[in-house]
Formats: sequence, C-alpha cells, structure tokens
Amino acid sequence: MPQSQGTPRSFQEIILRLQAYWAAKGCAVLQPYDMEVGAGTFHPATTMRSLGSTPWAAAYVQPSRRPTDGRYGDSPNRWQHYYQFQVIIKPSPPDLQELYLGSLAAIGIDMDLHDIRFVEDDWESPTLGAWGLGWEVWCDGMEVSQFTYFQQVGGQDCKPVSGELTYGLERLAMYVLGIDDGNEMPFNDPDAPIPLKYGDVFREAEAQYARWNFDVADTDMLLQHFEDAEAECARILAEPADDPKTGRRIVMALPAYDQCIKASHLFNLLDARGVISVTERQAYIGRVRALSKACGEAFVQTEAGGWSAQ
Amino acid sequence: MPDLLIELFSEEIPARMQRRAAEDLKKLVTNGLVEAGLTYAGAGAFSTPRRLALAVEGLSAQSPTVTEERKGPRTDAPEKALEGFLRSTGLARDQLTARADKKGEVWFAEITRPGRPAAEIAAEVITGAIQNFPWPKSMRWGAGTLRWVRPLHSILAILSDEGGAETLAIEIEGIRAGAQTQGHRFMAPDCFAVTGFDDYQTRLKRAKVILDSAEREEAIWNEASNLAFAQGLEVVEDKGLLAEVAGLVEWPVTLMGKIDAAYLDLPAEVLQTSMREHQKFFSVRNPKTGGIEQFITVANRETADHGATILAGNARVLSARLADAKFFWENDLRIAKGQKMRPWLDALEKVTFHNKLGSQADRIERIAALAGELAEAAGADAEQSVTAARVAKADLSSEMVYEFPELQGVMGRYYALEAGYPQAVADAARDHYSPLGPSDDVPADPVSVAVALADKLDTLTGFWAIDEKPTGSKDPFALRRAALGVIRLVLDNDLRVSLSSQVTGALATLLEFGAFQSFLNDFGEADYKDWVRDDRFSSRFNSIGYNQAVGQFFERILVDATKEKSDFGVVYRAAKRRVSDSAADLLGFFHDRLKVYLRDQGLRHDVIDACIAMPGNDDLTLLVKRAAALSETLKTDDGENLIQGFKRANNILSQAEEKDGVEYSYGADVKFAETDVERRLFGALDKAEGVIDPAMKAEDFAVAMAAMADLRGPIDAFFEAVQINAESEVLRRNRLNLLSRIRTVCLSVADLTRLEG
Repeated sequence: MPQSQGTPRSFQEIILRLQAYWAAKGCAVLQPYDMEVGAGTFHPATTMRSLGSTPWAAAYVQPSRRPTDGRYGDSPNRWQHYYQFQVIIKPSPPDLQELYLGSLAAIGIDMDLHDIRFVEDDWESPTLGAWGLGWEVWCDGMEVSQFTYFQQVGGQDCKPVSGELTYGLERLAMYVLGIDDGNEMPFNDPDAPIPLKYGDVFREAEAQYARWNFDVADTDMLLQHFEDAEAECARILAEPADDPKTGRRIVMALPAYDQCIKASHLFNLLDARGVISVTERQAYIGRVRALSKACGEAFVQTEAGGWSAQ
Repeated sequence: MPDLLIELFSEEIPARMQRRAAEDLKKLVTNGLVEAGLTYAGAGAFSTPRRLALAVEGLSAQSPTVTEERKGPRTDAPEKALEGFLRSTGLARDQLTARADKKGEVWFAEITRPGRPAAEIAAEVITGAIQNFPWPKSMRWGAGTLRWVRPLHSILAILSDEGGAETLAIEIEGIRAGAQTQGHRFMAPDCFAVTGFDDYQTRLKRAKVILDSAEREEAIWNEASNLAFAQGLEVVEDKGLLAEVAGLVEWPVTLMGKIDAAYLDLPAEVLQTSMREHQKFFSVRNPKTGGIEQFITVANRETADHGATILAGNARVLSARLADAKFFWENDLRIAKGQKMRPWLDALEKVTFHNKLGSQADRIERIAALAGELAEAAGADAEQSVTAARVAKADLSSEMVYEFPELQGVMGRYYALEAGYPQAVADAARDHYSPLGPSDDVPADPVSVAVALADKLDTLTGFWAIDEKPTGSKDPFALRRAALGVIRLVLDNDLRVSLSSQVTGALATLLEFGAFQSFLNDFGEADYKDWVRDDRFSSRFNSIGYNQAVGQFFERILVDATKEKSDFGVVYRAAKRRVSDSAADLLGFFHDRLKVYLRDQGLRHDVIDACIAMPGNDDLTLLVKRAAALSETLKTDDGENLIQGFKRANNILSQAEEKDGVEYSYGADVKFAETDVERRLFGALDKAEGVIDPAMKAEDFAVAMAAMADLRGPIDAFFEAVQINAESEVLRRNRLNLLSRIRTVCLSVADLTRLEG
C-alpha cells in the first residue's frame, strides 16, 4: 500500500497534492473550464474527450455551481459554488483503483487506520445523456469520491471506456483536516502572514449569489437565454463541415457544446427560482439532453474525436 | 474423481447482486458439465465483494465414450446419396455395414465419439459462463469488449485430485486462468497459489478474507449482539441490512458507538432510517426505554488503534446526517404546529398523481368524500374520517418525507398530533396505507379503516376509469395489492359494505372529474366535436382546460335527470352505461382476488363460485360467511349426500322441463302424494322452508345450511321409493313440481349447480 505523506494543513494544499500526484501519474493537469457548470463532468475535457478512440488523460479542478444548494454562506457544508477535482483517463487503466487509493494516501489519509470501501453507485446524468457504473468511495462511512466507468456519453457508446474520478473537495478536505464547519477551514497555510479561511474567501459571495439565485434573477430573461442557447447550438451544428473561408474541414462541436453548457446552467438557475413545474422539468432536461447528444455526435466527427479522412 | 475450483476475481461487486451471481455461476457451470456428459457429487457457490467462487466435488475425470448407429441410404441408392452420407459421418465406405431393413438392404454407420477429459470440458463451460453471465447490469472497461459487473481481474480455475492440481486452459480478454488469487485489499494484498478448495478457503482466511457470506453474516450478528449486550442494550434486527453489510466486507470488524445526545430526541423511526439508508448502520436500542441510543457499523479491516479512528469518523458523519434530519424535523414541526400543515396541503395541488387523474390534492378530495361515505360502515365518525382523509397525506410535502420517502405516514402521524388533531386522525395518517401486503397488519381503528378503504377504492376506480387495469404479469400501479387490501380491510373488520354502490359512486365522481377521457373516444369523434362547438361547452373548455371542462359538462348532464330528453340525452345514457360497465368489471376483479385469497385459506374455488352467484355478492363479508358455511356443510356426510340428491333432482327436472317446454314451478300438492315417503318429503320441505327463510333473512347461513342438509334423508328415501315418471300425468307433474321445490329451497342457500363432483 502507498504510504501516507503526512497531514496537509490547508484546503489548497490538498488541491496542490492532488495535482502533483496525478501529474506524476501522467495526467495533463488542466485548468478549470471558463464557464458556469454544475459539476466537473461538464468540462469538455471530460464529456467530449471521453468520446471517440483517441487516448486521453487529464486532471483538473472545476469550480461548480448548484444554485439550489445556496445557504447564504451559513451552512457548515453546503455552498452554491464549490470545487470538484476531476480525473479522466481513457482507456481506463487496469490499476485505476490502486491509482485512486494512492491519491488518498497522497493527501494524508493513512490506509492502515481508515476504512475505505467501494459502495455500488450507478451514475447517470440525464442532461448529458450519459451513464456509467462504479462506486461511491467511502472513507469511514463518508462519501469522499465518485468512481465511474463511463459507458455512454451524449448518447454515444464509450469505446474505449474512460475511467472518471470525482473528488468533492470541500467535504474531503474537511475530513482530512478534521474540520466540522467548512467556513472555518484554512484555505491557505494557517501560518501565512495573511491566513484565510474558506469562509473568508466565499462567505460574502455565497450570500450575494443565494439572494440573486433564489429571489432576484430575472426569470423571463433567463428563459430567453435558454431559448437562445438552444437555438444557437442547433444553428452551429447545422453549419457544413467545410469552412468556406479557410477551405478546411472544421466541425464546430466545442462552440456548440458551450451553448449546451449554458442551457444546462440556465435550467439550474430557473429551477432554483422555482419557476419550473414537475412536469416541465422533464421536458427541460430532455431539451438539454438533445443538445448534448447532438454535440457528442458532432465531436466524433472531429479529429480529436477520432475522425480521420481515410 | 477430481474436484473443480473456480474463482472470478474482480473489482467490487454490488452487495445486492453477489448472492444471486454465485448461484448463477453454480447453475451455469454445473449444467454445462452435465450436458457435456460429466457427473459430479456436489457443488457450493460463494461470494465476497471481490470474488465469486465455485467448488465442484467428485467430478468425473472424463465424459463417457458414446457410440451411435446411423442409418444411411439403401445400397441400391444413387452414388451421390452414399457420398453425402459418408461426408456427414466422416467415415469411408469400407467402415459401413449393410443390413436388411424393412425397405431392403441399407447402409449403417457406427459412429463413436470418444470421451473428453474433464479439464477440456470445464474450460469450455467456464469460458461460456463468463461470456454469457446474466448480470442484472454489466459494463465494459478499458479497451476491451467483455462485459462483467465491474472490471474482471483474474480467473482461478484448477482441477485437482490426489496427483495434484491442473490449471485449466482458459483465456478471456487477455486474462489467462491460473492457480493464484489474492487476499484482503488492504490487510493482505499479496498473491498466493492454492491447490484445492480446502486449501483455498484456509489460505483466504489467513489472508483476512471470509469466503462464505453466511459465515460473515453470523460473525457480524454475533459480535453486534455481544457488544450491545455488554452495555445492557439490544440490536434492532434487520436481515436485509445484515445481508447487505456482509456483502460490503471481506473481513468484518464490528464497532459500536454512541449517537450524539443532541439527536436522541428525534423519533426512533427517523434515527433508524437515517442510519440504515445513509450509513448502513444497525440501530441499538435501550430495552428499558425503547429509545435508539447507539449504532453499530461494520468496518472491513482491523487497525492498530482497534477501530478508534474509523469509529470516530463514522460518528462524525452520522452527526452531520442527523443534523440534517433534525433540521428537517424542526422545520416540519414548525409548519405542523404553526400552520396546521396548510402549506403542505396547498403544495399537493401542484403534485401530479397521474396526468389523467389530476393532482394529489384532487385525489385527496375524492378520498375524503369516499371516507365520509364509508365511515358509517366502518363504525367511524363521518366528520373525523373526512378530516383524517384530508390530512393523511399532508406529510408527502414535508422535508423529512422528501428526504426519506419510506417514512410517509409515520411522519404524518407525528405531524398531525403536533397540529392538534385527535389521536384517531393521526393514527389514520400512519395506517391508511395499510395493509401493503398479504402479511401486513390490517388497521382496526374505525377512522383508519374508513380512510384506508377510501384510499384503495379511489386508486382502483381511478385506474379503472382510465383503462389502466392489470394485464398478465403487468401491474405497475399495484392494483392487485390494492384490491387485496380492500378485501382484508372488509373481512378482518367484519364490515358490511356494498362495494357496487361505493364503486359506482366513486366512478361517477371520476366521470365528473373528467377522468374518462377514453369515453370521449369511444363515443366517436363526430359527437365530441359537436359538443365542443356547443358554446355551453366550449366557453368552459377555453377558460378552464380540458379535464375540468369535460368534467363539469358531465356533471351538469348527470345532475339533471331530465336530460334524458335534452340534446344530451344520448350522452347521459352512454355515460351511465359506461359507469355501470366499469363498476361490474371492477367487482369481477374483486371476486377474482377474493378467490385467490380464500383459496390460500383452504376454501374451494367452486364453493366460492356457488356463493358469488347469489345476490348480495358485492358484500364481501356476507359472501365469505356464506362460503364458509357451505364449505362446512360439504364436510358433513349429510351435506355431501344432499348435494348428490340436489343434483339428481335438478337433472331430472331440467330434462323434463326441456322436453315438455314448461317450467314446473306451480307448487306441488300433498294431496297427490301416494306414499308415506312422498308425504314425508313434503313435510321435510315445509319444515326446512320454515327454518331456512328466517335464517337467511338473519344471515345465519349455518342454521340455513344445516336445515338444508337435513333434507338429505327424505330426498334419498324419496328417490329410492318413488318413480318420478309415473304413468299418471297428474302424479308425474306433481312430482316434478316437488323436485322444483327441492331446487328452489336448495338454491335459496347457494347456487349448488356450480359445485363440482
């Protein structure tokens, strides 16, 4: 078993250790995607790159937003903006479980003292038209990660299969650092000249966003943006592959996918405003799924997605 | 006789699938071995989170050599036919023998298939089993194409006897079978080789793996009980959880910890549910107070600190979970107490029950109306029953039930009490879902009974109205269970309910509600379009939507009986017919379920049929009383023989009536009786009628049937001594009329013609 490297002292140290660990294991350490997403899976480095046959290995932090989880910064463990650490490797290597356990050791979890368990969890994202099988990983009864072998993304079969690891960073860090109230968690080194806690960084933002998400966001405008994103996505994908200006074959799967991400987040905002009824909900989810499927189909027509002229 | 050992080693198999998978492995492999001609003495299947294992003992070393004779063409057949035969048998001409057959001389071939070694057969069978394994859900991984429940890492497959172990030649997706496995993921991860099943099981245990799930379950339960006992506590039994937990560990280590005092005042059901669903903890109860005070968690390893870190971690996670539960509970109590659950009921207006049957709030209104109707029969206060029905589902909107749907009803009771409702109303919130299954307790409190009945009758009539009845094995809305619930509520509580009139009333309400959409289709589009054009209809249609418009339309038609003559008379009559057809169909469904239920209790189906054929068959209590009495009567000598006498009388009478084209129901006259035997039958019938009529009116079926059974002697004697077809036409008619009296008297008790034998 991999040896623990001593207990980290801050939230950011855990992130840095995870990045260093996965970099050492050969992953490209990417930066967050520059759009609002509900989870790290939405990053095109996961959704799009899990399609087609081209090998891929990446790790990144992804700030994620779930407007309905907003608690004005008052909850010890819920925020509308939070961080996920995401690892995606295609094809999934045979020792992915051992690699994963190594990453826990890297952030200071002593395997000889803790009880790590892989508990069945079938993952499905109705909006992404994606599903996979895997587990929730439990450490002493607490879920610290999700571990999934992607079977389908954007309605397309994953061949080969990607292995995806998602770490809920706040919860994991609170456990490793022994903190009960997330807002009290050291964000940087507690001995730094200006020590910052998680709440110092995010509490203000949480209150502001919670108010906007729940009560102020203009729902008519959000609905219009949703319709616009949906229309733009379809319009982009309807363009012919051959670019008349450069004469090159350019399938615009990624710009179209940006619109899909937008639509998904707008749906989450509308949901938080409470303007989507139970029956409408399914219809909206279906509309976003239609976009992600169309983007998935387009991506496998690109070179990165495994398309070749031969 | 060699033994076969197989282990399929993979990443963690979902706990709920392990047991079944081990059995499937056993079935697939042993069936395959037997089909290939091998025999075996015994087989055992095992599972852990990371392995399926199968041990087959006393396998035959090879399959037997099989010789069969095949008949070919005649010796004088064309050359081509013979060539074809040689090709198909793989033999040469001089290996054939010619013998005389019925049609002349024919070529025969003797084909010998030599036996094959067990190792070869087993390798094929195992390969096939792995490639076609019936996982409920399976997946691919990496770049491969094999499907397994989670990535398959290694295959152990050996055939062993006194001479040693032989590894089977199996290779699937780059995994080559070997004689090796590995131990516990964390405590003994090294690989080791094994020589046979005993060696395998022993070495696994040394490597911190208990192979047998039953042994793990037992270890967990014993240890848990001991830990609790030592502190004067007891573990709340939960067999499902025990099986699941045993499927999550290879080396169970049971730990007990205290629930933070801040959460001990949560309802016991909440503590138990939260611990079981989220953490897979057992609840530990104080037998003196009944309160849940501690928890038991099962870890998958030993540690140097004897589980202290693991237990502390689990306790922290539990506290976070219970903090959520307490938050829900306190918020819910505020709404229950401060606002009498009103916001929850309002919210149910927006929750769709079924798109053709409206919202939960619509459904609750229908149930409340029905509960009011049923209250008298249930012996409940009508107003209280209506109130109970209105609040019984309020908890569906509560935060706690949103988090733990299985607590519906249980929370409803707490919240109704908090809102100040009487105990009977609160109990109905908890109990109106019951009985859920054939062995579930049946509510006995009158208010609970009224609401439980109304709940189920609304479900049944609703789905009958929209033509979503169960078909074959498909019963997505659990309507059979609902019907059985009605039956048990009525019978166990001895209720006198006319199901027909209740069901008809409920269906008429649904028609007014607009649930009979297909009614419109049945009726024909042309008519429907005419109504829509009628502005009395269309103005409403446009303003309040389809369902309500149709409903109000029907309501107006149904309320006004003079509509028979109005423009809509034809619609009115069709609507009434539709309601009564549905009601009759649903009553038939109740009778079918009742037959199944009573058959399980030992009542013959023809006895039930004989009683269903009688009037008042929608009163199930009456029906069952009658059937029970008939069944008892049939067990007596007199009863059984009376049926024979009745049948004889009925047959002779029916034949004569058919032949003569008349019905002999004028009444027989004793003055035409020739013999004492005949006169005695007259007397016996007079006496029986004198007893049976009042007994039937008093619903005393036992007395009525005993009186009927008493007729056995006089009827038997009558048939013995008297010739029905007398020469005198007057005598013959009188005797036939006498038989008719026998028939009438007997049929007044039950339709005995439906009895078999």
